[in-house]
Amino acid sequence: MNISKKVEQLAPSGIRAFFDLVLGMKDVISLGVGEPDFVTPWHIREKAIYCLEKGYTSYTSNKGMIELRKEIALFLKRRYGLEYDPEEEILITVGVSEGLDLAARAVLDPGDKVLIPQPAYVSYPAVVELAGGKPVLLQTDLANNFKVTPKQISQACTKGTKALLIGYPSNPTGASYRKEELQEIAKVVVKNNLIVISDEVYDELTYDFDHTPIASLKGMKKHVIYLNGFSKTYAMTGFRIGWACGPAPYIAAMTKIHQYTMLCAPIISQLAGVEALKNGFKDVLEMKREYMRRRRFVVERLNEIGLTCHMPEGAFYVFPSIKSTKEKSLDFAQNLLKKKKVALVPGVAFGKASEGYVRISYASSYENLKEALVRIGDYLKG
Amino acid sequence: MDEILEILSNDARVTLEEIAKLTGKNVAVVKKAIKKYEDDGVIVKYKTVINQDLIRDDNSFVRALIEVSITPQKDVGFDYVAERIYSFPEVTSCYLVSGTYDLLIVVEGDNIRTVANFIASKLSPMENVRGTTTHFLLKKYKEDGQILKKANQKKRLNISY
Repeated sequence: MNISKKVEQLAPSGIRAFFDLVLGMKDVISLGVGEPDFVTPWHIREKAIYCLEKGYTSYTSNKGMIELRKEIALFLKRRYGLEYDPEEEILITVGVSEGLDLAARAVLDPGDKVLIPQPAYVSYPAVVELAGGKPVLLQTDLANNFKVTPKQISQACTKGTKALLIGYPSNPTGASYRKEELQEIAKVVVKNNLIVISDEVYDELTYDFDHTPIASLKGMKKHVIYLNGFSKTYAMTGFRIGWACGPAPYIAAMTKIHQYTMLCAPIISQLAGVEALKNGFKDVLEMKREYMRRRRFVVERLNEIGLTCHMPEGAFYVFPSIKSTKEKSLDFAQNLLKKKKVALVPGVAFGKASEGYVRISYASSYENLKEALVRIGDYLKG
Repeated sequence: MDEILEILSNDARVTLEEIAKLTGKNVAVVKKAIKKYEDDGVIVKYKTVINQDLIRDDNSFVRALIEVSITPQKDVGFDYVAERIYSFPEVTSCYLVSGTYDLLIVVEGDNIRTVANFIASKLSPMENVRGTTTHFLLKKYKEDGQILKKANQKKRLNISY
């Protein structure tokens, strides 16, 4: 077969076989899922059904429906004091996934370096490589609660370092940053004239403090491509809908790629997004309270049964260390699956440097979490 | 609503230790808070939601919503008459409502005859009851926030990034 070298060289997902094993197995309790366990709130689904019945089945403008862009602008202003012009500075994307790809392709020239704190969402290094850039991985670990430090960023900046690609709260670690921490990072960003590609899709699931978009810090808007979406906040993963905000030239460049490759995001999803922003906030708060409780429960239980983990500040993941078991994360995950029928994601799936950890998603019912933790405890006892 | 109440209202079988973990409080604090809720009558009772349709295949159970118009009494308003009505064990719920009638009550019995009998011999003849309209329940879809039909199977994949 004649596959492109670039694609061939992309870090192979050695984890695929494990995923297939999980998907092929019945009666598994899964803590391996990267999406909410809530179904999209009914008022949003109902709006989508209504729009479909009314015949909203066409393309929209490349940037997305102006009605939705205006709602997003209003929401960001109200929620975070962020000001983006819906005409020039907001683009509707097919989830944050597309936003990441567009941002990387819009700003990177061949060989440009992009700093990526690790562990990180699997697609960050991949989209950078596909765009011709070079990922520079900055390692974080349990000792510093999986947070990248301004010093690390500063030291990694060399000739050709163009951007910082960061996601917070983080998938897979749940780590996030307080305003003061972001201010320190922002200083380094400004000093080194970096572009920040900021994936904040888990923003509403921040538990111990208020989420701060890095773009909302003084003087930062011009440095940031801000990505967010409906997937996690409104349990709308399957709608595939998100947005990118940034200075007009970045958004124009991203729109150019988007119009040739995607044309526009699905219209039904855009209309559902309008409904979510207008009337969905109450659902978000309820969901957050529920996750917050599960988080406390899972962290306490994990530490009780002997897997050290920190208290994540956001998202719906914990990232405990399994180093005490002396097992590789993939072996641990496979054995746990075979012996106890509990699925989770081995750390190595998020890069070699995440070996020794596993990702546990607490986007699962309380009963499931309870039972799964008993089983993991049994597994550890041998 | 307090978090402890929220947890219990959703599942009354959650243990003290679990509530402590879920809320980040210690067990003694949770225990004390629940005791106080019980003493103050905030927590009235711990019950199980049962889907009667699934266990009574002999149809030996009927439930009726009855609108009751009453004449309020001097000084005590509706309360006195309401008490006389809700004291019957057949009455499982009783609400004072605004609108064209006054009390909305739920009456349960083994069959239509027993409920009809209750209305004819107990409720309607009561002094101050001016009239009743009875609606027999045909099917229960949702009760106390709980949809009674078993939820569809999960649609999420068991593993994803």
